Amino acid sequence: MGSRASTLLREEEIEEIKKETGFSHSQITRLYSRFTSLDKGENGTLSREDFQRIPELAINPLGDRIINAFFPEGEDQVNFRGFMRTLAHFRPIEDNEKNKNPPTSEPLNSRTNKLLFAFRLYDLDRDDKISRDELLQVLRMMVGVNISDEQLGSIADRTIQEADTNGDNSISFSEFIKVLEKVDVEQKMSIRFLH
Amino acid sequence: MASPGVRVLLLLVLVSSAHGDASGINRTRGNRTLTPEEEEDSQQHHNNTKAFPVLSFNFEHVRKPFEISLWILLALLMKLGFHLIPRVSHIVPESCLLIVVGLLVGGVIKALDSDASDTNSSVPVLNTKLFFLYLLPPIILDAGYFLPIRHFTENLGTILMFAVVGTLWNAFFIGGMMYGVCQIEAAQLGDVDLLSCLLFGSIISAVDPVAVLAVFEEIHINELLYILVFGESLLNDAVTVVLYHLFEEFSHAGTVTITDAFLGVICFFVVSLGGVMIGLIYGIVGAFTSRFTLHSRVIEPLFVFLYSYMAYLSAEVFHLSGIMSLIACGVAMRPYVEANISHKSYTTIKYFMKMWSSVSETLIFIFLGVSTVAGPHVWNWTFVIFTVILCLVSRVLGVVGLTFIINKFRIVKLTKKDQFIVAYGGLRGAIAFSLGFLLTDTHMKTMFLTAIITVIFFTVFVQGMTIRPLVELLAVKKKKETKRSINEEIHTQFLDHLLTGIEDVCGHYGHHHWKDKLNRFNKTYVKKCLISGERSTEPQLISFYNKMELRQAMMLVESGSLAVLPSLTSMQNIQPRDTVKQRVIPSISKRREEEIRKMLRSNLQKTRQRLRSYSRHDLMMDPFEEDLSEVKFRKQRVEMGRRVRLTETHLNVHNSLSFKGINPQSNKNTQNKIKIYRKKLKNRQHNTQNDTKKSYTKKNAFTSNTQNDNKDTK
Repeated sequence: MGSRASTLLREEEIEEIKKETGFSHSQITRLYSRFTSLDKGENGTLSREDFQRIPELAINPLGDRIINAFFPEGEDQVNFRGFMRTLAHFRPIEDNEKNKNPPTSEPLNSRTNKLLFAFRLYDLDRDDKISRDELLQVLRMMVGVNISDEQLGSIADRTIQEADTNGDNSISFSEFIKVLEKVDVEQKMSIRFLH
Repeated sequence: MASPGVRVLLLLVLVSSAHGDASGINRTRGNRTLTPEEEEDSQQHHNNTKAFPVLSFNFEHVRKPFEISLWILLALLMKLGFHLIPRVSHIVPESCLLIVVGLLVGGVIKALDSDASDTNSSVPVLNTKLFFLYLLPPIILDAGYFLPIRHFTENLGTILMFAVVGTLWNAFFIGGMMYGVCQIEAAQLGDVDLLSCLLFGSIISAVDPVAVLAVFEEIHINELLYILVFGESLLNDAVTVVLYHLFEEFSHAGTVTITDAFLGVICFFVVSLGGVMIGLIYGIVGAFTSRFTLHSRVIEPLFVFLYSYMAYLSAEVFHLSGIMSLIACGVAMRPYVEANISHKSYTTIKYFMKMWSSVSETLIFIFLGVSTVAGPHVWNWTFVIFTVILCLVSRVLGVVGLTFIINKFRIVKLTKKDQFIVAYGGLRGAIAFSLGFLLTDTHMKTMFLTAIITVIFFTVFVQGMTIRPLVELLAVKKKKETKRSINEEIHTQFLDHLLTGIEDVCGHYGHHHWKDKLNRFNKTYVKKCLISGERSTEPQLISFYNKMELRQAMMLVESGSLAVLPSLTSMQNIQPRDTVKQRVIPSISKRREEEIRKMLRSNLQKTRQRLRSYSRHDLMMDPFEEDLSEVKFRKQRVEMGRRVRLTETHLNVHNSLSFKGINPQSNKNTQNKIKIYRKKLKNRQHNTQNDTKKSYTKKNAFTSNTQNDNKDTK
């Protein structure tokens, strides 16, 4: 398995992914072997069914949305590049990156991009606002079936009331960032990929 | 005779009162148990005394409780006094002031004592039993019960590294270096052998939770640093216990073998894990007991305290780590107990714990001061100075070295500022003193005690006083004062799920994965056993929201703004925003409005007229709670009234619309809504055991009225 993985992944590709996402060489190879183990069809791309085969994702309340986040707009297959691009959001922010002069484009794992990723999971219709209905949907997924619609509705209303500063009865991205300024997003949204 | 503490009081009393009384007091002091015969005898001898002593003085039989109460009262008055002198209390932390008070009191007692004939000092000293069994547990329980769990578990690896490896490093470094110092000819310390030095090192190396709490409480640094230092001070208890007993055994035995060292390592695991196990067992039993306390709310707090104390004592029986047991018990018990007990019990527990821990802390520092004055001291310049220097040096080296290793594994690295605060916050305190007191009586004991006291004074005074300006100077992040908002709660849970999912995609079994598994296990099995009623299936989000609403309602009551009800968003639930403007003038007839009001009023008021049988052990409905339910009922009443009025509006709107040929189906919806609301109202009164028949008939009358009206408008 390991040897086949390295022959399928060329050095230039690894370099490109490294530049784009900031992962190290060994991390990329490890994740590539994970990619191939998920890819039952062995065609170099993952489909939605491949993801759904992961048992823990099935019981995760946000499972479907997470799977969707990997696939770009309207497509049904994701290649390794896209896989890594999504995972790059969860790389820990390193100190030397903070000190370096900011590059022309912001790295994928900056705080803003991490929050943007989370925001997009709420905002399904991509109108850059979390409306009350979208919030209700997420709440319903997280809370289960035993709670009445009304109670969820009052929670949703309260949430929007707290966050909404411009009065449009929905949460925009800047309001989202503001609400989460006290939460340590760098720690919460990072996975320690062991080198 | 009476102890010096009481003699102080007596002195004060006597000085202020007339001299004539003194002789009377002296004469009748003494044994009370005179037989009638003897009494007659004494009567015959003293013809001028009264036959029946109207007023007599017998102090002996209340002596002990009297002394204890006096000490506690003194401690609390001192605490009060500090806050009346604002400038001093801002610069000097409370612990320093209390030690100074202790020194003064100790000095006074010693001065009174020096003219007495008895040579052994009867000054109350911080003896080990008093400290470990009575004074320390409340503080640790308070700390453990309110431990911020999220931060603690996120940083558990770091904390354990500091606690275990750091303390070991400190103990061996200080012990080893002190042995080297003792070899110096000029110090005249030749008789201190290696094992004694190591024993001393193990006593002095442990960071003390009491001192850390006392100082860090006042400087309000951010939670990360607080939990690092405080967590370390709690968890290093296991290491201290093991090292102490180990070296004490060895110094009696004389030689150390490899087997002994190996057994020592095993002992460490047994002590720490065993302590945690005992704590968990007591915690689960306590949570289970709280499930059944529905009808005896008054004794609920006692269960929490007693189970925790029993956990501590049971661990101490087996020489396991009592502190870890206490922490584990509090942590395990808390989520389930809080779901089961009433709000009043929760407040009681909180305030009693804070009260006891506050008293304990004050007493500990005062006694520390008194013991300093009392105890025999052997001052050896070299020993003491080197101890202080080595403590500082080893702490700094330990922290820096460990952080270097730890930062490789942390997501959020510890900066130099953080390292400085962690190193500087390594205060020693009363635990070191008590452990030193436990040593067997040798010449070295007094020397060690002197050194320990010096280190404690140095850390508490110098480091305690300077840490606040240093924190300001270095601009260390302070604690965020505001409570969690509902947004933060929702989004944090959302992110938890998200991260767990991503970890599963990567095949990476990290922090989130195990936390998620634990939560799932908790939800499916543990909660069902330990939480009574329907709260066992309540999701965390809902209980958080309910708590928030309750807190807001109570804040409203306290601020007295009952007249202005907030725009509770739940009241705007049923209609979209654009119909708000239409709501202004409801178009129901006065007659119906009156009917609705009468119905609501009569149904809701009945709850307060229920007669209660009096029992001393029942919690009476006090005015505050009555106000609270008044607020709730008023809210509900307004809400219900509004809803019914609004659905009436809708009904009329729809009626007029249906007149124009629009779908009459919606008519049924609004009628159903009325029925649902009335059913809800009825359900809410079920709990107050109302007569449901009446509401049924009223409901029927009402719907028939509505239908009549519909026919009219059509």
